[in-house]
Amino acid sequence: MAEQSQKRSRRKKKERIPRQSMPVRLPEVRNKDFDEVPLGYTPEMAQIEAQRCLQCAEPKCVEGCPVHIKIPEFIQLIVDGEFSAAAKKIKENNTLPAVCGRVCPQEEQCEQVCILGKIDMPVAIGRLERFAADYEREHGETEIPAAAPATGKKVAVVGSGPSGLTVAYELLLKGHSVTVFEALHKLGGVLVYGIPEFRLPKKIVASEIETIENMGAEIKLNVLIGKTKTVDQLLDEDGFDAVFLGTGAGLPMFLNLPGESLNGICSANEFLTRVNLMKAYREDYVTPVKVGKKVAVIGAGNVAMDSARSALRVSGGESEVSIIYRRSREEMPARGEEIEHAEEEGIIFNLLTNPVRFIGDEKGYVKAIECVQMELGEPDDSGRRRPIPIEGSEHIVEADTVIVALGTRPRTFISTTTPDLETSRWGTFIAEEGTGATSKPGVFAGGDIVTGSATVILAMGAGREAAKAIDEYLQG
Amino acid sequence: MHKIISKKKLAPKIIRFTVEAPEIASSRKPGQFIVLREGEKSERLPFTIVDSDSEAGTIDLIIQEAGYSTLSLCALEEGDFITDILGPLGKPTDIKNYGTVVCVGGGVGTAVIYPIVKGMREAGNHVITLNGARNKELIILEEELKEVSDELIISTDDGSYGVAGFGSTILQGILEEGRKIDCVVAIGPVMMMRAVAEVTRPYEIETIVSLNAIMIDGTGMCGGCRVTVGGEVKFACVDGPEFDAHLVDFEELITRAGYYRKEEQCQMKKLADQLEQEKA
Repeated sequence: MAEQSQKRSRRKKKERIPRQSMPVRLPEVRNKDFDEVPLGYTPEMAQIEAQRCLQCAEPKCVEGCPVHIKIPEFIQLIVDGEFSAAAKKIKENNTLPAVCGRVCPQEEQCEQVCILGKIDMPVAIGRLERFAADYEREHGETEIPAAAPATGKKVAVVGSGPSGLTVAYELLLKGHSVTVFEALHKLGGVLVYGIPEFRLPKKIVASEIETIENMGAEIKLNVLIGKTKTVDQLLDEDGFDAVFLGTGAGLPMFLNLPGESLNGICSANEFLTRVNLMKAYREDYVTPVKVGKKVAVIGAGNVAMDSARSALRVSGGESEVSIIYRRSREEMPARGEEIEHAEEEGIIFNLLTNPVRFIGDEKGYVKAIECVQMELGEPDDSGRRRPIPIEGSEHIVEADTVIVALGTRPRTFISTTTPDLETSRWGTFIAEEGTGATSKPGVFAGGDIVTGSATVILAMGAGREAAKAIDEYLQG
Repeated sequence: MHKIISKKKLAPKIIRFTVEAPEIASSRKPGQFIVLREGEKSERLPFTIVDSDSEAGTIDLIIQEAGYSTLSLCALEEGDFITDILGPLGKPTDIKNYGTVVCVGGGVGTAVIYPIVKGMREAGNHVITLNGARNKELIILEEELKEVSDELIISTDDGSYGVAGFGSTILQGILEEGRKIDCVVAIGPVMMMRAVAEVTRPYEIETIVSLNAIMIDGTGMCGGCRVTVGGEVKFACVDGPEFDAHLVDFEELITRAGYYRKEEQCQMKKLADQLEQEKA
């Protein structure tokens, strides 16, 4: 009895510590440069926040995490001041903790199910993950994990985004030899071409990838599987025992509206690739990027927020940047934190507004978008209320730069050159849930190429499952 | 890293490079291209593969100095390296036995037409090649084309060499003679390709053009290379680069190609100032 009441009182005491906020750079300063927006916890803040964890016997947060990080254990290590040990604990399940601590939607995963969240704010698991990973890296305490003895088996990992990197890491640990094929000139996939520097500094991505290189992965950049060579060639000629396809969803979708090919209209993929991968915002890089006085970003997902905030920064905080979205704020797919950051920085939200056509000047450059006002009707298949145009509400929105951020679809280099690989009518690969096994023996797939555009952590979760299945396949 | 094995000046501001790229050399087909990045801070630029030697593991590229990045590339020497080369990209030319094929190459587009002429001949076609440029100095690949064509007509805009006139007008003449032409491939400046499309349209001759649109990745990711073909939006990098000339919206192509002209001029000016300073 006494023990129980003691436990209860300890619980009470913990509940009284408020969730520690993370220092963030001032909006009017940060919206002019590409430096990171949140600054991360200090060790003191991290330890206070870590003490809020109830150390549940059956932690819901671990179930809520797609890669099942041992959350209470790593948090306890932070409480104990063992920060690098905390990072190593996370790495038992997660290859890219400094990345995930920054870009994971924790509010929909681990933090959503945190018991503390039922009565107070949940433990800031993401911020603690970020803290531990940053501490380890900044203090030079990153170690190359020891791999099992070499098995002599060779695996080809196609694509070096979150799923591919995870598979590579896991299979290297098991002692398999891994070759990573990447079509671009840099490893990281969406982590390097898509997510901007101010949200995910590229040196952090590079450092996490370095671990995989140091573990002995062979890296082949500038190889487009399906063009440079086929999946069958990897298996039959190059002697790979298994192939993992983590090629993502790279083909940008457009609205297919009149005037969409006018100059000044581009996909979010193009805009972000110019800025992030090609470093167009820097004077010393040659690739150009153009941002006009009035920028309209169409869409309201994380990529739309990234595009809008990047456009504002490219203009040095000078341009008027707006989001155009056909539903209301409630249906916006971006993370709450991203929407808030965008708003603080001065991004304008044109909600319940839908483009009808793009209007150009006599030289073929976009100057305005004709839009129609929308209202919300009954919920549609996605469960969100369907937007319905209001008759006679057509109006003109001025814009000299338009960035279309409507999502992406898979490309077809591999599906068209690998006849025995089954695909869905959306072009995604059909893969067994839990293993990633495709219709072709020895070929596994995971990430956006299976699910369609999703998140970094879901791709990593799929990568972990596929790595386990590939290991079993190679043993079997 | 890709070593430059040889460098040859073909004409003023036009350089032919032979570059190490063994995997591309063994898998490329006529009509396909590569995307290269000279160095860490350079742009990614597309170039058609002119020829390859799968045994030597090399590909040939012909590059014309047209802006900052191509100027920098053309300054590279034998033994230098190009950081990244990705390929082969795009769909290969639909090479088959059509019967009689006319291949029209204009300016540096002649570099792109060469592998197609070679392929068409090998497929059993009678190939008439029209090789045109602004003046005598700019005519390239004359000897190479002579070897792989059944008939070769050289033309210059100013009449300084070969026949005076444009490729499109010479083609017009051939058609007016009543010769039966089964397919026309035209590659060069957009104005030339558009003119050829207009010449063949009334004769309903299948006409193929290769479009050199602005692109970054070359793998279908950016959509910068979108072109309207038959009212539909296509990506030049993955759906092309070759399209039915009678369906291409050339006006739009011309407008889109000029989108970064001002930035390009700025870069050129910076380079010129830099060279000026180095001199001083």
